[in-house]
Amino acid sequence: MIWNEKYECMPRKGLEALQLERLKAVVKKVYDKVPFYRKSFDAAGIKPESVRTLEDLRRLPFTSKNDLRDNYPLGLLTVPQSEVREIHGSSGTTGKPIIVAYTGKDLDIWGEVMARTLACAGCEPGDVIQNAYGYGLFTGGLGLHGGILRLGAMVIPMSGGNSKRQIMLIEDMGAKAICCTPSYFLSLVETAEEMKVRFPDTKLRIAVLGAEPWTENMRREIEKRSGVLAIDIYGLSEIIGPGVSSECRCQNGLHINEDHFLPEVINPGTGEVLGDGEAGEIVFTSLTKDATPVIRFRTRDICSITHDKCECGRTAARMSRVTGRTDDMLIIRGVNVFPSQVESVLMAIEGAEPHYQIIVRREGPLDDMEVQVEVNERLFSDKIRGLEALEAKIRDELYAVLGLRVGVKLVEPKTIERSMGKAKRVIDMRGQ
Amino acid sequence: MQVPQISVFLENKVGRMADVTNVLAENRINIIALSVADTSEFGILRLIVNRPELAYQVLKDAGFTAMTSFVIAVEVEDKPGGLARILDVLTKARLNVEYMYAFVERATGRAALIFRFDKEQDAVKTLQAAGINILKKVDIFQE
Repeated sequence: MIWNEKYECMPRKGLEALQLERLKAVVKKVYDKVPFYRKSFDAAGIKPESVRTLEDLRRLPFTSKNDLRDNYPLGLLTVPQSEVREIHGSSGTTGKPIIVAYTGKDLDIWGEVMARTLACAGCEPGDVIQNAYGYGLFTGGLGLHGGILRLGAMVIPMSGGNSKRQIMLIEDMGAKAICCTPSYFLSLVETAEEMKVRFPDTKLRIAVLGAEPWTENMRREIEKRSGVLAIDIYGLSEIIGPGVSSECRCQNGLHINEDHFLPEVINPGTGEVLGDGEAGEIVFTSLTKDATPVIRFRTRDICSITHDKCECGRTAARMSRVTGRTDDMLIIRGVNVFPSQVESVLMAIEGAEPHYQIIVRREGPLDDMEVQVEVNERLFSDKIRGLEALEAKIRDELYAVLGLRVGVKLVEPKTIERSMGKAKRVIDMRGQ
Repeated sequence: MQVPQISVFLENKVGRMADVTNVLAENRINIIALSVADTSEFGILRLIVNRPELAYQVLKDAGFTAMTSFVIAVEVEDKPGGLARILDVLTKARLNVEYMYAFVERATGRAALIFRFDKEQDAVKTLQAAGINILKKVDIFQE
């Protein structure tokens, strides 16, 4: 089901005309209302009137997470605070969070793009949808909640945690879809197995998964073990929250809601704009955000985009799945390493669950990286030789993918902390 | 012909072996024989117990990675040359032993060996042909 055919299937030419008209308006608005943008545009020698085509976007300066942090809490508002109806905050890893604001119009648009997301995944009005994203300042919980209501479905507002109760309500309420992070869904699959609940015997058919990078291999593992269609969704609070882009049932890239969020992919080192299919950092410009629009916001998420039309009929650009973050990237002895690379290796080795952790230490002048992998029953052997062969295999495959010799340590199950929200995959002790 | 053996994955950490034996004790499971194989990082605890199915279940429920495999128990004469004779038979047949450990069976006082072979069926045939007594379950597990 396509929620809003007029916009989601709009011919490219019409869409681009709409984008340009909205871009001009937002550039003028931030220049007039927000001292930060006026200063940065002036420093770059740009006036709002100099944006005449979509290509002119490239001349505008970027906005970074730090710019948002520096303007904490509401320094980037373009409306009087009395018009703000809701705020959210990003889960800042250090210090104060980034606060983003929504007017009534913003909440309306958020509901719209979330309804598109859910419809894209195969949810329909009248369905029962369990929402296991955390409720609160984090945009996941209330974002999905609003979208489910807009779709005309019934929401079970579980928030995260309490896995046994989650499984109980999936069964008893007949939930057709669940929304949560991929790592939490995997942990729910484990809980269901322990409780001897088979998802195919329940009404659960769709998992709407996002808020952390995951891999195609992890998707296959999730779908094989649960029998549920795993759909990737994407968003970030600085842009609106979830609802920025989402996969349809073709599972071939995430459709960007381009009438609201204008995407570019750049080389994170030089800032140069890259073409279709080239991987780099994705950057978004708000086209309709009312309270806190952002211009060329650097997401730090790594992916590529394509403008080819999807089989489902939607015309918007599609992003590839996010394979990592520029700030997730570890530099080990001069080599760039993304946790997602490690994950794909572990998933490719038959039976390996993605319960792993990367530990980085400094031994003298050298970085030392160790991958800890939990030994489950499928990996276990009663022969030392069998386990040593497993270790060697993981080590060799990691070398093949990373080009780096790293240590591998087999650990007992449940040694690595399970996440309710975002998985902590990396412990970097080099700064200590 | 084969005897169930429970193997448990253990990290080399203080107290992990005690955790396993406590779980077994709480469930009134008796250990008949055991061996530990280890590297510097991890170990495999192998156990012959009186109630193998229960042992597997309670260890799994306690969060251990455990598995059941089948091993061969062979009676050995408790005198000089007893073990040498059995190994000679295996060597001549070019059969590789993956691992082995010994114990004394309580009820009869006989010495016995637990063997894990790569080529298990070949090994059983060879041992039988040489007239070596392969213990049935009942011989070990009588209480």
